[in-house]
Amino acid sequence: MTDAGNKIMSMRDAVARFVADGDCVVIEGFTHLICFAAAHEIIRQRRRDLTLCRLTPDLIYDQLIAAGCAKKLVFSWAGNPGVGSLHALRRAVEKQHPQALELEEYSHFGLVARLSAGAAKLPFWPLRDYQGSDLPAVNDKIRSVTCPYTSEVIATVPALNPDVTIVHAQRADRGGNTQIWGLYGVQKEAAFAARRVIVVVEEIVDEKIVRGDPNRTLIPGIIVDAVVCEPWGAHPSYAQGYYDRDNEFYVDWEDISRDEAALAGWLDDFVHGVADRAGYMKKLGDDRRKRLSAKPLISPGVNYGF
Amino acid sequence: MAVRAAHELGDGEVVFVGIGLPNLACNLARATHAPNLVLIYESGAVGAVPDRLPVSIGDPALVTGSLAVATMADVFQFYLQGGRIQVGFLGGAQVDRYGNINSTVIGPYEKPKVRLPGSGGACEIAIHAKRVIVVAPLTPRTFPASVDFITSPGHNGKYGTRSSMHLPGAGPVRVVTDVGVLEPASRDGELELVAIYPGVDPEETKKKAGWPLRVAPNLTVLPPPTQKELHLLRDVLDPKHLYIEKRDA
Repeated sequence: MTDAGNKIMSMRDAVARFVADGDCVVIEGFTHLICFAAAHEIIRQRRRDLTLCRLTPDLIYDQLIAAGCAKKLVFSWAGNPGVGSLHALRRAVEKQHPQALELEEYSHFGLVARLSAGAAKLPFWPLRDYQGSDLPAVNDKIRSVTCPYTSEVIATVPALNPDVTIVHAQRADRGGNTQIWGLYGVQKEAAFAARRVIVVVEEIVDEKIVRGDPNRTLIPGIIVDAVVCEPWGAHPSYAQGYYDRDNEFYVDWEDISRDEAALAGWLDDFVHGVADRAGYMKKLGDDRRKRLSAKPLISPGVNYGF
Repeated sequence: MAVRAAHELGDGEVVFVGIGLPNLACNLARATHAPNLVLIYESGAVGAVPDRLPVSIGDPALVTGSLAVATMADVFQFYLQGGRIQVGFLGGAQVDRYGNINSTVIGPYEKPKVRLPGSGGACEIAIHAKRVIVVAPLTPRTFPASVDFITSPGHNGKYGTRSSMHLPGAGPVRVVTDVGVLEPASRDGELELVAIYPGVDPEETKKKAGWPLRVAPNLTVLPPPTQKELHLLRDVLDPKHLYIEKRDA
């Protein structure tokens, strides 16, 4: 590859260049590979009025909402998995604090379908869903269409085409050919649906490594605008084969986020108080890093010969 | 509740697993009478064999040793909408007399008293799974006559019945509670008490729903959990007691 194909840049540059005030932003990853490092840089650069879309807002959007970056949330399940509520989100919805937050709500299937339509560049996606549910009554974007072949009435959701999608992954080459294993979530659909794509990885590898196992490539470099290397960039989420989910942090977030001052203090310490992910990890400490590091469990390779 | 829910599962069935008690029930069933249960998680793990109790629905232990990892688009379109899921588990803040489930808001939607997490995959599980098992403690608060918001459709409601809406699955056919099991009556889909745990008074139980709870004429008393089941739950599957208290077993 010529150096013209090199898309590697720092997180600071990637966010400065590709995330603007008022953008529709998707940072996906279903429990696995949630790019907290990107969210923290968005908070540091004080982006405002973002429309944040994710199936599960999780702690990552709770932090962006608490930091005042969001004006709207598009989602399908808003809780702290296995723990309880997202308190910054609830403060915004129930008390309009620090600012009001507009909600647009789907089920998981509905939001997956929106991204599938966006990725396929279709105006909408049909799905057998929502009959007997109140969800269409509170979201007028959930509509229906009559099938031209069977006359069946079937639910539809509109395409979601974010201004920017950010996905975390285990590894990519300099051109952004990105390999993911473990849970895929909707990373592929979210990336293909977006106008701009930032890929954040645990490791940059040589293009030869990618070519040696092409079936593992989920996102091709041709749709990627920036490649950022941020080891541990998904903590407290996880990266299969690199580090485990920090369940303790998810539990701790309950107390941190319930108290507005404690949350502001946490953002000051772990987001504004550090320059980048390396600084965050240093603050987190070596003990936690050791405790969460993945034990090796190597998959035998396959024969790609012909 | 976990033991009763486990008994609802047949060997070899394909189950869409939620986190918490349903997850425990599925792994208990797998360790006892249903070793060939196929666990599918909405996060994409198919045929998962978690060797630790998953704290989240996307735990890495669900992937290690599984049969396949599917994208979520495949999970919802091909596995669930495609009719490949036999059993779905659901819980919720409110379950009404017809098995409609609310996991969205308490109070009015625009100005909620409590904002709950929302549907997740619940709405489509309630529609597509061949049958749904609901797990929730029986209290008037959890079982009001009607729910504040229908996240997931039951047997009957303001939009019609399952057959008038052409819902592919049978809906919540069993509701496992802390005192016994409810089932929808065939004539109108209203949940009625069909079975109780040993030592539970059916008359007391009737007061625990927000509507006049009918008791089925052939009310049965369920067998108590075996020592083996209790040991598996308390000492092996959930040793830290994340999801069970002693009374829940």
